[in-house]
Amino acid sequence: MERQQQQAQQQMSSSAPLEQSQLQISHQTAEVNQNLVSEVDDILAEIDGLLEENAEDFVKGFVQKGGE
Amino acid sequence: MGVSRIMGAETEYGVFAPQKPSANPTVLSAFVVNTYDTLFKQELAAQVEAQWEYSSETPLDDARGFSVARQDAHRSQLTHESKVLTSEDIAAEALSQAGHFAERIDWDAVTMNSILPNGARFYVDHAHPEYSSPETSNPRDCVLWDAAGDYIAARTVATIEGVAATEQSAMPVVNLYKNNTDGKGQSYGSHENYLLPRDIDFEALTQALLPFFATRQIMTGAGRVGIGPAGEKAGFQISQRADFFERTVGLETTIRRPMVNTRDEPHASSEKYRRLHVISGDANLAHSSNLLKFGTMSLVLNLIEAGAAPVIILADPVSAMHTVSHDLTLRATLPLADGGETTALNIQRSYLQAARALEETPDTATAEVLDLWENILDALEHDPLSLAGTLDWVAKYSLMLGYIKQGLEWSDPKLAAIDLQYSDVRPGKGLYHKLVALGRLSTIFDESQIAEAAANPPRDTRAFLRGKLITTWPDEVVGANWDTLSVRNPLSVDLHRLQMGEPLGFNAEVVEPHLGLEHADQLFEILNG
Repeated sequence: MERQQQQAQQQMSSSAPLEQSQLQISHQTAEVNQNLVSEVDDILAEIDGLLEENAEDFVKGFVQKGGE
Repeated sequence: MGVSRIMGAETEYGVFAPQKPSANPTVLSAFVVNTYDTLFKQELAAQVEAQWEYSSETPLDDARGFSVARQDAHRSQLTHESKVLTSEDIAAEALSQAGHFAERIDWDAVTMNSILPNGARFYVDHAHPEYSSPETSNPRDCVLWDAAGDYIAARTVATIEGVAATEQSAMPVVNLYKNNTDGKGQSYGSHENYLLPRDIDFEALTQALLPFFATRQIMTGAGRVGIGPAGEKAGFQISQRADFFERTVGLETTIRRPMVNTRDEPHASSEKYRRLHVISGDANLAHSSNLLKFGTMSLVLNLIEAGAAPVIILADPVSAMHTVSHDLTLRATLPLADGGETTALNIQRSYLQAARALEETPDTATAEVLDLWENILDALEHDPLSLAGTLDWVAKYSLMLGYIKQGLEWSDPKLAAIDLQYSDVRPGKGLYHKLVALGRLSTIFDESQIAEAAANPPRDTRAFLRGKLITTWPDEVVGANWDTLSVRNPLSVDLHRLQMGEPLGFNAEVVEPHLGLEHADQLFEILNG
């Protein structure tokens, strides 16, 4: 379910830039900032979809021996 | 002059079996090396079959891990170069620490050291699988064949995953990470190698390298969550490696690590050459970070050879290295021996200016590195975050800042997990690869170029002969090393050796016309003649 929601969000956001670029003509500065914010959110959503399920266990378990 | 120089990259991958976190890392590393060794040999065998118009079986369907690695022919890949651990050592260690894995493995036939079709070496270095790139003649090629190692690592992980999913395998899924620390106090290396003339003054070399090594991380750092060797303090720093360096010069690489390593094995004619073994760098995934690492280093070595390096003497190079890594403003001052002070950016600018002055008529490759160096320093000075699409540490930091703005603390395990996962070699899982796929991080080479470099050696160094020997006469190679090769004709007992003291020799121009010969010893006769 979560994944479906994410995909839906991604699809929505991919159609957003067109509208935003039209708005930019009149309110350039504000819209650029808005763009950046939503862009960062989009990336974080993509990254969240990839992350190991339990960050704490993953980090704790990742134990290496020294090398070289 | 110029950036052209014989160079190579070594990567020790972090190795982790998520379902068996306590699995013996040496066993896992041997499994990794053997899996790829088996994979490429099956593909070679399939090519030969295809040439004979036999049925076209899919080589991957036969991937069965160790079951194929047992064939005697594979033992020809073991070099005569002494290994750190014998297969018996590994078996003993495996049985004591991971007996339930070891029983299914024929340890006598385990390949600890594999020479690859692209001329690289893939082997077990204590507790990590290590890829040593083939010798390349310039920084761009070095970046490409280093990325080829990551591609090979990713194919290996995918093959293991496939085997684990389809049959009763005794071995778990294994993931590989191109990073340099587990965040708990352990570090493993990504080393650079550069060929130098024998007569270079080592003292002058060291003096010129220390300020350069203390500060180049502002371009070549891979970024790290946690401050201090074991991440004792929460936060973000520029370099994976900086906190693990404790002194300026020395021979060791694993304890009391020195910024300048004095190991002196040229792997080439020892009358003519010296090899500079650089251990202080981070493992880079971003192509631009890596091009800057190899490119600027080559230019600095030109400065040193010409006696034209800037004279900058830091009061304490080791603590300067730590300071620079911990300072995300890039404004921290570094005390000089004469009482003054400077910054990382100023030191890098001094080297850049000296290199510009020395390289009066730069060729295209040299101009590319000089311009990139200058542009990156300008951007770092004015707006470091503008390099989120270019450099490893800024890409990682910028991503983390997104989460910090959402309210996460630097001590949150999610950020530590992102740090590790940035370096996961799997294209579908690694965050570096994800950022590239999203168009957020620029590359210099595309996937098809990298795949090509994983299968083929550079054409302009002796790696060409090494790689082609493996693919043309795999069963005749008795030993393969950086500067020696030995082959045996299957119809004879005589061993034929070839010394390759000149890394630029035995290249495609020399070797390629003879690859149609029936046996490798015939080629050696021509090359030795």
